[in-house]
Amino acid sequence: MKLKLHVWRQKGPNSPGKMETYDADHVSPDQSFLEMLDEVNEVLVKEGKDPIAFDHDCREGICGMCSQVINGVPHGGQDRTTVCQLHMRSFSDGDEIFIEPWKARAFPIIKDLAVDRGAYDRIIQAGGYTSCHTGGVSDGNAILIGKDAADYAMDAAECIGCGACAASCPNSSAMLFTSAKVAQLAVLPQGAVEAKMRVNAMLEEAQACGFGNCTNHYECQASCPKGINVKFIAKLNREYIKALLP
Amino acid sequence: MILDGKCPKGPIETSWDRHRFETKLVNPANKRKYKVLVVGTGLAGGAAAATLGELGYQVEAFCYQDSARRAHSIAAQGGINAAKNYPNDGDSIYRLFYDTIKGGDFRAREGDVWRLAQVSNNIIDQCVAQGVPFARDYAGYLDNRSFGGAQVSRTFYARGQTGQQLLLGAYSALSRQVKAGTVKLFVRREMLDLVVVDGVARGITCRNLCTGEIESYWGDAVVLATGGYVNVFYLSTNAMGCSVTATWKAAKKGAFFANPCYTQIHPTCIPQTGDHQSKLTLMSESLRNDGRCWVPKKKEDCDKFPNDISEEDRDYYLERKYPSFGNLAPRDIASRAAKEQCDDERGVGPGKRGVYLDFSAAINRVGEDTIRERYGNLFEMYEKITDENGYKRPMRIYPAPHYSMGGLWVDYNCMSNVPGLFVLGEANFSVHGANRLGASALMQGLADGYFVIPYTIGGYLATVKPGAIKTDHAEFKKSVEDVNAEINKMLSINGKKTPAQLHRELGKIMWNNVGMARSKESLTEALKVIPQIREEFWNNVKVTGSGAEFNQQLENAGRLADFLEFGELLAKDALVREESCGGHFRTEHQYEDGEAKRDDENFCYVAAWEFKGAGNEPELHKEPLKFDNVHLAVRSYK
Repeated sequence: MKLKLHVWRQKGPNSPGKMETYDADHVSPDQSFLEMLDEVNEVLVKEGKDPIAFDHDCREGICGMCSQVINGVPHGGQDRTTVCQLHMRSFSDGDEIFIEPWKARAFPIIKDLAVDRGAYDRIIQAGGYTSCHTGGVSDGNAILIGKDAADYAMDAAECIGCGACAASCPNSSAMLFTSAKVAQLAVLPQGAVEAKMRVNAMLEEAQACGFGNCTNHYECQASCPKGINVKFIAKLNREYIKALLP
Repeated sequence: MILDGKCPKGPIETSWDRHRFETKLVNPANKRKYKVLVVGTGLAGGAAAATLGELGYQVEAFCYQDSARRAHSIAAQGGINAAKNYPNDGDSIYRLFYDTIKGGDFRAREGDVWRLAQVSNNIIDQCVAQGVPFARDYAGYLDNRSFGGAQVSRTFYARGQTGQQLLLGAYSALSRQVKAGTVKLFVRREMLDLVVVDGVARGITCRNLCTGEIESYWGDAVVLATGGYVNVFYLSTNAMGCSVTATWKAAKKGAFFANPCYTQIHPTCIPQTGDHQSKLTLMSESLRNDGRCWVPKKKEDCDKFPNDISEEDRDYYLERKYPSFGNLAPRDIASRAAKEQCDDERGVGPGKRGVYLDFSAAINRVGEDTIRERYGNLFEMYEKITDENGYKRPMRIYPAPHYSMGGLWVDYNCMSNVPGLFVLGEANFSVHGANRLGASALMQGLADGYFVIPYTIGGYLATVKPGAIKTDHAEFKKSVEDVNAEINKMLSINGKKTPAQLHRELGKIMWNNVGMARSKESLTEALKVIPQIREEFWNNVKVTGSGAEFNQQLENAGRLADFLEFGELLAKDALVREESCGGHFRTEHQYEDGEAKRDDENFCYVAAWEFKGAGNEPELHKEPLKFDNVHLAVRSYK
């Protein structure tokens, strides 16, 4: 099939950017979206033009590196799907596709579609861990964890840190990302000890990074490629209120 | 040269404990004077950087991704082994040790493997303490499942995302150290050279992938944890950025490259569909717990809808050939068996390079919901890629390059032959022999990072003066000049072929001639063709843009340039190893039933290659392997 692509091109962090148009003329429905872009880039390189820069790595939906807003929706809007797992069979011949980078003040553009997501690392560094040293911990079965709690923690821990939640939020809020880590650790006995400090530190850092607050639009859940549920934001709020109490 | 792995002598059961006691220590006040560079932030590198930071060393950690949470360890699905024996089914440290040695086809070092089995239990405890949400039963205890090459259930898992959860555990420990100020993180940096001064590793040269700047970093020790090299086959299950570059640059500075021909072809991947494809996707081996592999008995049935093929017309070839291990035969054996069926023209799907993995028996036994709970995300992933529903019809799978058992040569301390250069995880060669068992890669990465390097690096650092050589040394300047020269050379060629095109050409010859079945003829041809592609690369590659910017074409070209040198070494090692063992199968060396025929008399050694300049013959050094605790035997899974 043949497609017309409108792609955000920006040479560097401080350069002006604009949408440019490209033709993709030999697209196979079995191709992934990134493989389709690979082919567009092959043509650009052969013509001596600058290929489109975009982040990607594992290409199997788990590393969280790929990050594109496709037709206005982060990761393209297919349920629980990253860009790299989006296949061209979900498009039709003659489609026009708009491709933009993540848009959030805390994710500055590096080039074209690649952005700097260091802010998410800083939120985790603020407290997204249990303060255990290597070695000297108890046997794995010494702490019993009910299946419900283990499953709840795992549901939250599936977050791949791609940034789609903040990119889709009208407030550029990182609340879904932050809450997934807060909730995972708060529900487990190992993480409960530091729960108060953690929720405060991570929220402060999110604010310092320039992310907005949550006003319950739920765009984050809709665009999350791992289906992380907004119930974790409710959990974060509970944890935050608990932290205010003596 | 005959190499010595310096394993502790005496009874193996106490070898690691005695070695830890005998290794020199660096006292806490002195630790902060030493700087350690850790390259790669996967399981091995992330765990190492975090733990060395906790101990008080100054650590600088580097990764090419935009965050330390994204290394390809994250894609490991099935699980991590440990000898906990929680299910009470007969497991022990000795059994895990034995299974790993046997699984590796008797081509790994006993001492290293024993240590791995011993610390496997500590890893599970550590990860639980970090909040890794392993699967639990209703009573709250940790759950286990089975993996290939073992008759006990010793695999711990977190749904189908065990690698992700373990990596996020290591990443959280690392993040804690970043906050504490003991670890400095450098993301989007690619190591392009090892700086060696008077034979000792003293630092690295990196390219800042955002700005293109070439940067120097000094360290009292350099730890490489940069993963494997199967992207030399172009199509593999590795991430797009995985490359041999860091280890190959170290090899060019004198580190020996061991057993490059030991590559793992994973049996359960989604088959290739066309030439546009950029990578292959793995389906976890854990699927073989409940999935049965089969192909039609009759060639004429291959195009039929699989559910219409009657039970008696199906060949459950793994159960037929290996009744005691059945569908859980080790990876090398399961891969070759799949290839055999397809070579026999009984393959299925596009191009007839595929076999069925059928869950209908398990769904009838335990119900679709239970299967969904165990592997739901894998079935989803399969459907996204193939547009087929694995619950309703058998999946199609085919082997694909997945892991490299070979890597830089290291001694028992994980130190290479270049003093000060340590190598961890998939990047070294040490514990998997000629074939790695499932759920062992995660175990090795974390064992090396959390529980080996923190001890062994102290023994080395105690012998060197901290900060003796810094980036103002002439060798650092020379390294930067060399790196710049190579980049400028690639940019100036302005030929007609893109790096991807040439990489595909290399991958084709590597897969066809140096893949699952190798022969003298195929390898000799590969050794002729690879230098031709390399020649073409240096005369006809087209790399757009400049070196002083975010330039992914340049990154790809640099990685390919290294694969084009390394691929030749891989083929050469395969040619010299005139036996079949594990993932290395030479068609000349097989039993009548097609099983691999090892030659212990002549090849019971580690082949460690010394680089002698591009285009020159590398020199082979050998480390003889001794088996005092496991009897060298024909490896049988029948």
